[in-house]
Amino acid sequence: MNRWILALALSFTLLAQAQSPGGSLTVSFKDDISTLDPAIGYDWQNWSIIKAIFGGLMDYEPGTTKLVPHFAQGYSIAKDGKSYTFKLRKGIKFQNGREMVAADVKYSLERMLNPKTQSPGAGFYTGITGVADYVAGKAKEVSGIQIPDPYTVRILLDKPDASFLHKMALNFSFIVPKEAVEKAGADFGHNPVGAGAFKLKEWKLGQQVVLERNPDYFQKGLPYLDTLVFLVGQDPNVAFLKLQRGEVDILGDGIPPAKFVDVMKDPKLKQQVVVGNQLMTGYVTLNTQIKPLDNPKVRQALNLAINKERIVRLINNRAVPAVQVLPPGMPGYDPSYKGYPYDPAKAKQLLKEAGFPNGFSTVLYANNTDPNPRIAQAIQQDLAQIGVKAELKTQAQSTVIQAGGTKGQAPMIWSGGMAWIDDYPDPNDFYWPILSCASAVPGGWNWAWYCNPTLDRRAEAADAMVQPGQEAARAKAYQGIFAEVMKDAPWIPIFHEKRYLMHSPKVGGSDAILVDPIHTPVNYAYLYVKR
Amino acid sequence: MMAYLAQRVLQSLGVLWAVTVITFALLYLLPADPARLVAGRSATPEVVERVRHELGLDRPILQRYLGYLGGVLQGDLGRSYLQKIQVSELLASRLVPTLELTLAGVLFELLLGIPAGILAALRRGGWLDQGIMLLSFAGVAAPQFALGLLLLYVLAYKLALFPLGGYGGWEHLVLPALALGLAGGGWYARIMRSSMLEVLSQDYVRTARAKGLAGPVVVYKHALRNALLPIVAMIGTDLGTFMGGVVVVESVFGWPGIGQLTWQAIQTVDIPVILGAVTFTALFIVLANLLADLVYPLLDPRVQYR
Repeated sequence: MNRWILALALSFTLLAQAQSPGGSLTVSFKDDISTLDPAIGYDWQNWSIIKAIFGGLMDYEPGTTKLVPHFAQGYSIAKDGKSYTFKLRKGIKFQNGREMVAADVKYSLERMLNPKTQSPGAGFYTGITGVADYVAGKAKEVSGIQIPDPYTVRILLDKPDASFLHKMALNFSFIVPKEAVEKAGADFGHNPVGAGAFKLKEWKLGQQVVLERNPDYFQKGLPYLDTLVFLVGQDPNVAFLKLQRGEVDILGDGIPPAKFVDVMKDPKLKQQVVVGNQLMTGYVTLNTQIKPLDNPKVRQALNLAINKERIVRLINNRAVPAVQVLPPGMPGYDPSYKGYPYDPAKAKQLLKEAGFPNGFSTVLYANNTDPNPRIAQAIQQDLAQIGVKAELKTQAQSTVIQAGGTKGQAPMIWSGGMAWIDDYPDPNDFYWPILSCASAVPGGWNWAWYCNPTLDRRAEAADAMVQPGQEAARAKAYQGIFAEVMKDAPWIPIFHEKRYLMHSPKVGGSDAILVDPIHTPVNYAYLYVKR
Repeated sequence: MMAYLAQRVLQSLGVLWAVTVITFALLYLLPADPARLVAGRSATPEVVERVRHELGLDRPILQRYLGYLGGVLQGDLGRSYLQKIQVSELLASRLVPTLELTLAGVLFELLLGIPAGILAALRRGGWLDQGIMLLSFAGVAAPQFALGLLLLYVLAYKLALFPLGGYGGWEHLVLPALALGLAGGGWYARIMRSSMLEVLSQDYVRTARAKGLAGPVVVYKHALRNALLPIVAMIGTDLGTFMGGVVVVESVFGWPGIGQLTWQAIQTVDIPVILGAVTFTALFIVLANLLADLVYPLLDPRVQYR
């Protein structure tokens, strides 16, 4: 009898322990936090913090890439796919105590689109009707953002966009209270007020940011933590020591490369590591406008020449070799696609057919931070095997980006450290910004300068499949598009990086939360302290 | 004296002006487009152009420079492209930690370097001299990154005598200052040693000895003051450069100094922050050198400015 009661009591305490609220966790980062303004923040470090303080109409089921309404209660899509109507939840409160209404959604979007705000995300929303006039100063408001009543927002699009709901879950569309923005002036990024799970408690520039639980958060019981501390300016090696001493709970920059092998070999430390996928592809762009890379046969030959397994070993197997554009986990990823296997003999054969039996000389650009120069060297060696002499240019990231966006400048670029991680988990984010004709422009990110108008039309058609139930057909359509891209071979896909999150033993949360595909590095609202 | 001071101040202003011109020109020549970086990777060329306009980067370089100079003269260093807040606010938040680390770093350099240098000079050629010179060489040659990590690992992690980096009270300051002191102290020891040796061979020291003065009195009363002169110049330089930030030491110890700020700004091509930090650093180097010049006559009455 007593034993049963004990067992029962024990299981209850275990349950209660699992997610008991309260406590504090500390995250370390090397770089300073540049801004917490959701319209401005555009790196994964400030994204996760912005997502903790703010929220949008849409979000994702925790630990997944499945869209769910967030501040919206629900939404409906017009038959033509060009109008979205969102019903706002009632009683959602900003951290200044005021209730959120539809006008706030309109204000937030227009603020982000206003050129004065200089939002790096404005480009995602140019499909909303009336944005062009608003941005050009011809209209005082965006005509396509309408508020029929205080709890309804209707957004009109120029053409259907199946990724539009993702864009409403992106931080740039997060909802901010006008009065708080106006009060903070240009410094809203350092005085953020949102309606998310946490609110800003203290910010010591260059040292730390402290968030505390938002007691008015609309999801009852969340967040679990009372406080969340972000220590910045922490050298990753020192942060690693701090983690072992219990002064840091999550390594925001991951495991320091020098310690990676030791950690994964140590049975105890390994327990503190969670491995997850990342919607990321690292690739070499082959500039389709520069001779002899303008010849598809040459590009295919180069694809066959690269030993990706060896490159993955260079980075301690922290990635899986890539054969296609889309990463695993992205709708449209084709697990059965084989791509161009490593086959130097066949590569030489193709080069010969293309008229380059003795190879040729070219230039390979790469970012100069480790491990990218080492990876570029491996690629250089592989190319030398088939007679292609690639001169390496390892430069600062901004310089390489500039070279990539300059017409006719960079024959080949290793994208590591720069591209491409998804903005939102939809295959069109791997098409329009980096492979479409519209992106093959000066200053663009289509460094292969690849333009296939037929595929543009097919992608447009796929993006018009917006109705629930069309997801599978749309994924299939994108699968076909990317298969065609690989036939033209504007890229050599190299690998998809994995994520390694290291935490202290007291951090609680499912593995899916700890390597959340959206809230990188971690979905803080669902973290708790184990007791 | 006043005439000399006025001349030196004018010279310093000239140096500062030249620094702004050169930095501005170098940043202008940089093969990276800040407008594109601010506009983000999803930006269309039109958006980039609008951002360029908002940032004022579409104006001719001379106009931009004059605008910057005008701002600086009014104490306005502009706004960070990335953080959107005033550069002066960013610099101000780093000022006190930088000042603390600078002073503590120079203090450790002197505490380690000067006694070691005197000792080495007095025991010239002996094992103590050789040992000190070897250690000072190791201090100068050791990479600061490795030295800092070693100090942290042994004194903070293993022995738990100090915190594992970060900013706070004096206990946070000891290790980064020691790292600076060990590296810089080596130079001081070498300079001090040779300067001391030179002074000790002077006639007036021999006279003092001949008078029958005790060894320590000769060394500390007669020789030291003169031997310190080159050290003063070094202190001036160090105060200036440390105020510009000691990137490596700051990063290893998580010290929120100017160096970290500048380094990050360079990586993100945040031009107003880079310009502001460089101007600020130049100001301190010039000031510290000016100060060193003014201290000379106090130490050595033979030095007189007219």
